[in-house]
Amino acid sequence: MGPSGSGKSTLLHLVGLLDRPDRGSVRLGGVATEHLAEEERAALRRRHIGFIFQAFHLIGRLSALENVELPLLLAGVAPAERRRRAAAVLERVGLADRLDHRPAELSGGQQQRVAIARAVVTEPDLLLADEPTGNLDRAGGREVVDLLEALNRGGITLILVTHDLELGERAPRRIRMVDGAVAEDVRG
Amino acid sequence: MRALDLLRFDWRVVAAAPARSALLAAAFALGVAAVVLLTSVGEGARRYVDAEFAVLGSRLLVIFPGRNETVGGHPPLYGETPRDLTLADAETLSALPGVARMAPLLPGNLLASRGGRAREALALGTTRAFFPIRGLRVARGRALPAAADREALPVAVLGATLARELFGEQEAVGKRLRLGDWRVRVIGVLAPTGQSLGLDLDEVAIIPVATAMGLFDTEGLLRVFLELEPGADPRRVEAAVRRVVRARHEGEDDVTVVSQDAVLAAFGRILTTLNLAVAAIAGVSLVVAGVLAMNVSLIALRRRRAEIGLLKALGAPARTVGLLFLGEALLLALAGSVAGMLVARALVALGARLWPAFPLAVPGWAEPAALATALAAALAFSWWPAVRAARLDPVVALRGAD
Repeated sequence: MGPSGSGKSTLLHLVGLLDRPDRGSVRLGGVATEHLAEEERAALRRRHIGFIFQAFHLIGRLSALENVELPLLLAGVAPAERRRRAAAVLERVGLADRLDHRPAELSGGQQQRVAIARAVVTEPDLLLADEPTGNLDRAGGREVVDLLEALNRGGITLILVTHDLELGERAPRRIRMVDGAVAEDVRG
Repeated sequence: MRALDLLRFDWRVVAAAPARSALLAAAFALGVAAVVLLTSVGEGARRYVDAEFAVLGSRLLVIFPGRNETVGGHPPLYGETPRDLTLADAETLSALPGVARMAPLLPGNLLASRGGRAREALALGTTRAFFPIRGLRVARGRALPAAADREALPVAVLGATLARELFGEQEAVGKRLRLGDWRVRVIGVLAPTGQSLGLDLDEVAIIPVATAMGLFDTEGLLRVFLELEPGADPRRVEAAVRRVVRARHEGEDDVTVVSQDAVLAAFGRILTTLNLAVAAIAGVSLVVAGVLAMNVSLIALRRRRAEIGLLKALGAPARTVGLLFLGEALLLALAGSVAGMLVARALVALGARLWPAFPLAVPGWAEPAALATALAAALAFSWWPAVRAARLDPVVALRGAD
């Protein structure tokens, strides 16, 4: 949590291996990552990390199913298995009847659920969400938060960036940031 | 990422912007069609020349009086040379080993008249061997008789057009006509052959060579045709010809010997060079298509920044991102090239129907060369945009278009 410009997203990008720290170390599963080659960092992202963005970042020309298949496509999974796994995850997020819809044909909440399905289809260890409800109305936001909480209870580590205090209060651990530094780290 | 998945992904990109994709593919299609069409015209020209020479048979030596050094370049058409090439020379040459047939040629223009009709006509003084050498067919009557090889018989074989113009619908064979100062009898009429090597054989009167010598009051032949026996070496026969001429012309081989193979080969070289030059000019349009593709790629790069950022966040290595951009350009170039080839082939087929006399044909190398050039241009010009896409910082890219 923290006001905009406080460094929340930057921290998330560092954790997600999208950015490199100027100083310090980012350890993933106990392994320092900051000196790995770009290819290796990409491979780590592919295997262990799922991203959820405020702007969804769905590809408009592809169907919901194809969007969810994308990480598996990059991982070189065979088409039949890709389809099966993507369809199963979309069913889990409650969109079994929207497989062939384009993003533009879905509500904001539904689009973000497709994006969440895309983030978890590779069964990552870490789910990183950057303001996932920022572009949604209350109903859409609730859909998404309920889903993320369910996934977290199911055993995926979730790091969520928000400036929504109400949403923040629901987390078991809260890190508050101010001016690019951790100001507070509260558990429970 | 699997290669097939990569292509399918690119195909979705291409299909998502049909107007943009069609335009780019059209640029490549235009270039490829230009290369294929222009080289087809060139190939047609080559085949046309081949066909023109084919009537002469493939093994022919043509002997001109005078050395080409003395007149500078081309053999003389009408011999203003110190020493004539005479019928006696020609007869000696016809006896050389390796020579199957010999025909002398002594042409001249004169007035052909019959009854009230008269016209200027080209008379070719020659022998009966001229008919098979030039592939002439006699439609009615007969060719020159054997006796006409040496004797100045007052006979003529007329070209189809000349016969019709002098005799109308009447049968010309057996009739008499006036050629210059001579009265001759028509013994045959040629089947129509049309223009061949710049000479309209439908318009000529073929007369015995001795008759022509009398009519034109000259001993000097314009040229001598030697048709070689199968398997004879043209260079050896040429050497023998020079020996004979030297012996008969006081030590000087003052003749020019041209083998038909050499002429054909020279024409072939010229036309092939010309065709390659034309193909290269047309190929420039493919480079233009490549520049266009680069431009469009750079615009697409800006519009698809967020998508590139997403792909990187999802764990796509830089290489995969670059390949996606290259693949898209290659796909468009390939689609455009195939379309261009189909259009060119259709136009060549249409051209062949409209101008059957001109043998338009797609040369075998044109399509592979045009395709390779198109793909190479696409690859070369999308390289830089692809590298830029591959190097894009995912954090910056995810913020979207700037």
